[in-house]
Order: sequence, then structure tokens, then C-alpha cells
Amino acid sequence: MATATTTPTATATASGRTSGGRKAPERGSQMRGTVRKNWAGGALSYVWLLIVLVPIYWIIITSFKPQSDYFSSNPLAPPTAPSLTNYALVVESDFPRYFLNSVIVTVGSIVPAVVISFLAAFAIVRGRGWALKATNSLFLMGLAIPLQATIIPVYLIIIKLGLYDTLGAIILPSIAFAIPLSVLVLSNFIRDVPKELFESMRMDGATDWQTLWQLAFPLTKPALVTVTIYNGLGIWNGFLLPLILTQSPEKRLLPLGLWTFQGQYSVNVPAILASVVLTTLPILVLYIIGRRQLMSGLTAGFSK
Amino acid sequence: MTALAPAALQSAPATSTPGGSGIRERSLTWMALPALLLFVAFGVIPLLGVLVLSFTTWDGIGQIHPSGFTSWRAVLSDPGLPHALWVTFLVMALTWLVQTPMSILLGAFLAGHQKYREVLAVLYFIPLLLSSASLAITYKALLDPNFGLGAGLHLPILAQDWLGRPVLALGVVIFVVSWQFIPFHALIYQGGVRQIPITMYEAAVIDGAGRVRQFFSITLPQLKYTIITSSTLMIVGSLTFFDLIFVLTAGGPGDATRVLALDMYITGFQANLMGPASAIACILVLVGLALALLLRRLGGDPSASQLEGA
Repeated sequence: MATATTTPTATATASGRTSGGRKAPERGSQMRGTVRKNWAGGALSYVWLLIVLVPIYWIIITSFKPQSDYFSSNPLAPPTAPSLTNYALVVESDFPRYFLNSVIVTVGSIVPAVVISFLAAFAIVRGRGWALKATNSLFLMGLAIPLQATIIPVYLIIIKLGLYDTLGAIILPSIAFAIPLSVLVLSNFIRDVPKELFESMRMDGATDWQTLWQLAFPLTKPALVTVTIYNGLGIWNGFLLPLILTQSPEKRLLPLGLWTFQGQYSVNVPAILASVVLTTLPILVLYIIGRRQLMSGLTAGFSK
Repeated sequence: MTALAPAALQSAPATSTPGGSGIRERSLTWMALPALLLFVAFGVIPLLGVLVLSFTTWDGIGQIHPSGFTSWRAVLSDPGLPHALWVTFLVMALTWLVQTPMSILLGAFLAGHQKYREVLAVLYFIPLLLSSASLAITYKALLDPNFGLGAGLHLPILAQDWLGRPVLALGVVIFVVSWQFIPFHALIYQGGVRQIPITMYEAAVIDGAGRVRQFFSITLPQLKYTIITSSTLMIVGSLTFFDLIFVLTAGGPGDATRVLALDMYITGFQANLMGPASAIACILVLVGLALALLLRRLGGDPSASQLEGA
């Protein structure tokens, strides 16, 4: 990644407005579509946009329809009299508790996961020795293992630790499962920091600990944002760990809560959809805030 | 939690005196320890544990008894296993077939720097923000034959019993997966296409190659490693479509959409047969590792792929 933009033509032909705050591999814009309109590609992309947006549009308008309207009105017509009854119903249910649980688990997992992954990535890039090499290989191997496969022993370990049916039961495995990919992405970024910078820090007598926080940390920020959002998304939306490691309604997280809602209010589709909207809202906000960094981080991490 | 991790590590500077490289190495190794310990505790040990548990009998609550090959014999002689493997393979192959061409085409289109294409990319990403549970619930309501989209719009074609017929239910699973993940893979391809040197296209234009020709002779071959990375993520990821299928169809109708991961869950946590469920989990791990290795072979030069070992 961090390929230097060697082609000035790229920004000249493409709209220069958009490439302002980006650092990701902004290279050949192929001049497609600027030379000659790409009708086929354009048509395809708008068809796909329609496929993506129709269900989302339906979720949003339906969540504002009174239950009686749901069965009688045209499903794609906006509500004649938008009402917040569904949202009120959701907020008055156990939903706020599930929401709080999800916030606790997500923040409680991501912060330690990102911190320890960052430390490990720094050690793997800057350190030497067989132990670090072996650790790195172990993490890379972890990328190929489907999470679900280890759930039965995880369940057993959580019971033995006396953590069954607590939020901690979800936090610990969530951290562990976030580590391999986080270390991979972060170490790729730290590796791109010019060696001379590390050397000059060392000449100035900085300890590794200082180098870590004063040099590697600020330069790795886009990757840290990427890893935070990516893992946050996975943990916020996670279903299997809460399903297996908790039991009581007070410990439910949002996805599991949605699932039980669906059982309880199966006829009240608008209310269920209102809870879907409320569940997705925090993630949407996070996405809007960190979008640019997430995009460049993901492309840098995967598109080689 | 925030304060805990750095506070616990405050002792690090004390042990790391600059200069002496031996000491420095040791202190750096120590930095990797928290991640390593947690990963070993909740990743490596469970992975070994699943193998051990497959040779035991356990109902999930009581005592665990060693029972030799009983579980394996039960699992391997159960016709449910080949069926679950077949469904898993079908979902994997079909989602790959649907997603890959679509993602490459969209990715190549999105690689242009026009403003509206950036806006498209932003909108495409939204499905990824929804949880599998939300998606499954939404599509269940949307596809309801009596109250869903088809009935409401009076379109009989859309008013099928989508989740009640085996073939249709499988189709719905594949559609929902594609709906959610095509944008993600399109984004990966977008990055891949942007790394293709623009001079290659300029040369092609001078040679009189049209857009279709450019796509097949330049874009597609240049994307080789991107295709392998994306396919690896798709294929290994397809083993983990547990939650979507669990909420959407619960494996039904009958066992039409009962993939391996779901089979493991139902065997272990609904039928309380943890031994056989662990054996199924072992098979799941083997399938995942075998596929990852196979894809890595296909990649040729392993250093070219970002997901080494994956």
C-alpha cells in the first residue's frame, strides 16, 4: 500500500475535487467514462443501487406506518400519516436495556482488542526472535478458522470460569476473535512507516514504549480507525456468542433481542422494523464519521 | 477497560533500557503477550478442545465422559452429514458464482473517480452495516407470501412461498448473502483496479482496443491476486453463515438449508449432543483449512496475497 501517486494524469482526468483528503492508492483512473460514456456499467450500477435501496427504503417507511396500515396500504408507498407509535413501543420495551448491553460489550471488547493488537503488531514488526515469528504465524492461521467451529469448547471454558450468562462471557471471546485480522492490518501499516524514523527516535534515546506511542500510534491512525469500525461492526452485530453464552433476558444483546422480538410481536412488523432501524443507527453514525478512513484502510488491507 | 490495559503495561518502560538489543527484544516480545494469551485461551485451546470433546459424551450441562469413537461413528454414519456438506458446498459455490462477476463489474465501474460513483459506493455499503439477524427478519417480512411485497403490490411472481419451498429457500439465502456482501467485494476490486497502471490502458487505447477488450485483456488478468483474496474471504466466510440462516429459515424447510455450522449448533445446543457436535465442528475446521490452503496454492506466489496462510 502507500503507493506514491506517480501518475499526475490520474487526478487531472478525474475530478480533482474528490481526491482531496485521501491517502489511499489513488492511481490510474483509467479515464473510463471520461473518454466515452460507459453505458453498460452505468446501467448495471443503477440496477444494483435499486436492489440495495428498495429493501432499505421499505424498512424505513414501514417503521413509520401504523400497524393497521401495514396490511392495507401499498408496501412501497410512504405512510399517509407517519407515526412514531412503533418507535415508542420499542423504546418502552426492554430494547433500551439490550441497547446498553450492546454498547458495553462492543466498547468493552474493541478498546482492549485494538490496544493489545496494536502492541502485538508493533512487537511483530519491530522485534526479532522466533517467539514473535511464531506468534505472527499463529495469528495468520487464526484467519482461516471459522469462529463457529470453536464455540463448544469456548462455551465449556466460559462455564468453568464462572462467566456463563454475563456480559464478560461475550467480551473475552470477542476480543480474542478480533485479534488475528487486527494484527494483520495494523502490522501492514506499521511496516510502511519509514525505518529511518524509528532509527532517529532511537538515536534520540527514546524507549520502545515512547516510539510506540509517539511515532507508530499517530502514523497508524487510519488503520486503527479501520480496525475499530470493522471489529465494532462484527461485535455489535454478533449473534452466535450471545446466543450460546447468555441465557437471561437481562443479558441479551440487540441482535438476540431482535430475534426474540420477532417471536413476540410477529404480527407487528412495523414495530420490528423500527427496532431494526434503532439497532442500525449507531453503526450508521460510526460509518459516516469514519467512512473515508475505513475505505482507504480496507482497500489497503485487501486489494493487493 | 480503557484505563486497564495501558496501566497494566506501564511497567514496560522500566524493563526496556535503550541500546542493549537483547533486552529490547525481550521487552518487545512482552508487548505481544496480552494478544497471544487471549488468542491462545479463546482460539487455540478451543480448537484443540473441539478435537478432544469429539471423543467424549457430554450433554452440555453434566459430566463429560470419554467415549472413544462413539461420536465420530454416529456422525459419520448419519445421512445428515453428507446432506449438510452438500448444502454447505451449494451455498458456497452459488454465492461465489453470483458475487464474483457482479463484484468485479461493479468494482471496475466504481474505480472511476467521478463524484457520482463515490456516492454510489457510499450507498452500496449500507447493507454491510445491518446485522444478519436484522436482515433475516427484514427479508422474512418482505417475502411473506400473504403480507409481503408480492401480496401488497399484487405481483403473483413475488408472492411465492419463498421460505416454504426447498429450492426457493436456498435461492433466498444466496440472494440475501449476495445483497449484503457484493458491496464489500466490489470495494476490494475497486482498490485492485485502481492499482492497475494507467499506461496499460493508454497503450490499449492506442492499439484500438475497445472497452470490453480492455476489460478481458487487462483488467481481469491484472486482478488475479485480488480475485484470490476476495474468493478466499467469500469461501471461508461462507462457512460462517450461521446466524443469517438460523434466523431466516432455521435450516428449513425440512433440512433444505441446514448448512454444516447450523447442523453443529442444532446437534450440540438443541439436541444436547456435544460429542457429535464437536465432531461436526472438527469437520468444519478441516473444510475451512483445506479450502484456504487450496486457494493459497491457486495463488501461486504466496507473498502476493495479503492473507498469507488464510
